[in-house]
Amino acid sequence: MSTTEAVTPEPAAGLKLRTQHLGVVYDRDGKSMPVLEDISVEIADGEFICLVGPSGCGKSTLLNTMAGFLSPTSGSVTIDGETVSGPDPRRILVFQERGVFPWLTVEGNIGFGLSKLSRTERAERIAHYVKTVRLEGFENTYPSDLSGGMKQRLQVARALAVNPDILYLDEPFGALDSITRVIMRGELLRIWQTERRTIIFVTHDIDEAVQLADRVVVLSSRPARIKDILTIDIPHPRNISSPHYLELRDELLKQIGLAYEI
Amino acid sequence: MKLPVWLRPILFIAALLAIWEIAVDLHPGQILPGPIGVAGGIVELLQHGLLFKYVIASLFRVTWGFILAALLAIPLGLTLGWYRRGEMAFNPLVQIFRPISPLAWIPIAILWFGVGDLAAIFLIFVGCFFPLLLTAMSAVHNIPAVYINAGRNFGLSPRAFVSRVLYPAVIPQLIVGLRITLGVAWLVVVAAEMISVNSGLGFLIVDARNAGNRYDLVVAGMVMIGAIGLLLDLGMRSLEQIKAFRWRSLEG
Repeated sequence: MSTTEAVTPEPAAGLKLRTQHLGVVYDRDGKSMPVLEDISVEIADGEFICLVGPSGCGKSTLLNTMAGFLSPTSGSVTIDGETVSGPDPRRILVFQERGVFPWLTVEGNIGFGLSKLSRTERAERIAHYVKTVRLEGFENTYPSDLSGGMKQRLQVARALAVNPDILYLDEPFGALDSITRVIMRGELLRIWQTERRTIIFVTHDIDEAVQLADRVVVLSSRPARIKDILTIDIPHPRNISSPHYLELRDELLKQIGLAYEI
Repeated sequence: MKLPVWLRPILFIAALLAIWEIAVDLHPGQILPGPIGVAGGIVELLQHGLLFKYVIASLFRVTWGFILAALLAIPLGLTLGWYRRGEMAFNPLVQIFRPISPLAWIPIAILWFGVGDLAAIFLIFVGCFFPLLLTAMSAVHNIPAVYINAGRNFGLSPRAFVSRVLYPAVIPQLIVGLRITLGVAWLVVVAAEMISVNSGLGFLIVDARNAGNRYDLVVAGMVMIGAIGLLLDLGMRSLEQIKAFRWRSLEG
């Protein structure tokens, strides 16, 4: 199903985010460089979507456009029927690296977006999310004394604390070692299952996509178009050596154009 | 024999002082005093109440010139750094003024402010203003985009954005810039006092020479300048140790 047509999400869930014929063209030294072309996708409320594609294809550009950090050259992004025109605290982007504020402690970071709450509400919210991402005992620690995985958990906690309905994650575990990465995936799934936010997750790691996503959006190389949208119909927890898992994984590898053998 | 680390510089300085004293003693009739003569000079200044008076006079000028420059240059530099167009308009002017030594301003300072504190403060101001302006501008340029984007994402008002993202993000670099600039201010004050005032450590040095070749007082003045410069630098360094300020060096 190689198509750029809008794909209908699960019938029961409501539509959350929709891109329509989205295009982004960068202007580099007077030359225009198309990065995204005709991206049309519909994402349901509470869905876990992974965006995969060859490196440099424009996955992050797509994510940043959805999050409002970049404006589309053509087409549109709408969330709950409303056109996205800039970043918004109702949806938070988690960056790959250095996203936490190094001048604030763990508590200060989690409370960053909560200045409108009363003191007690704020403290409660912080305590809750410190627990959610398992950073108890590090409340007054500065990020420089945290490991890479802890920093990323902190960033996720800071994002969740403002109660966003969408979480954008831009290769959030890309800079972590492979063991930490696997642990972090489990943590993210656990959080997603309890908090039920829409998650849009950019990765270049095929396994990561098949382990996490409800649906995987495969992008072509630059200028990126939607090559395929793959539904991962395996319930969590996923058995990563089951034939069906391997089948989907192979399918995805094929889509990206990677051989079966190295 | 293993010496404690802190003892090494002290012993080294003591050895140099001893050599200096011996060298001076071996050549009687020299105008240059030995360390004992210099210590005598410092004691003499203390007895006349001049030492504190001059140190305070110099520090007074440095403080005012430095603080005025910081109050003007830092907000201006941050603003120009943020709005690149403003910077493009301003930058050539800054680059022309920057290489002019503050000492070149001495005649103009005297013309505008007469001989006195104001002229000296003005010279220190000029000496501090441009380095601080450039530090503030480059501090803004060096803010990682990810902090700016994260700040924007949480829907901060422009004011909150400045106080909660921009300001803490530039602080480490500003502190380094302030520390270097305070050193410059201390250099400039001595030169300014040699010409445009009649108190302070710079004045002491020139006056001691003019009023009868009192080289013991000249060197005493130099020693005090060095010692106070060191203390100022240590004070600024202690700011860098504050954890919320020194994140940049820890990022690694």
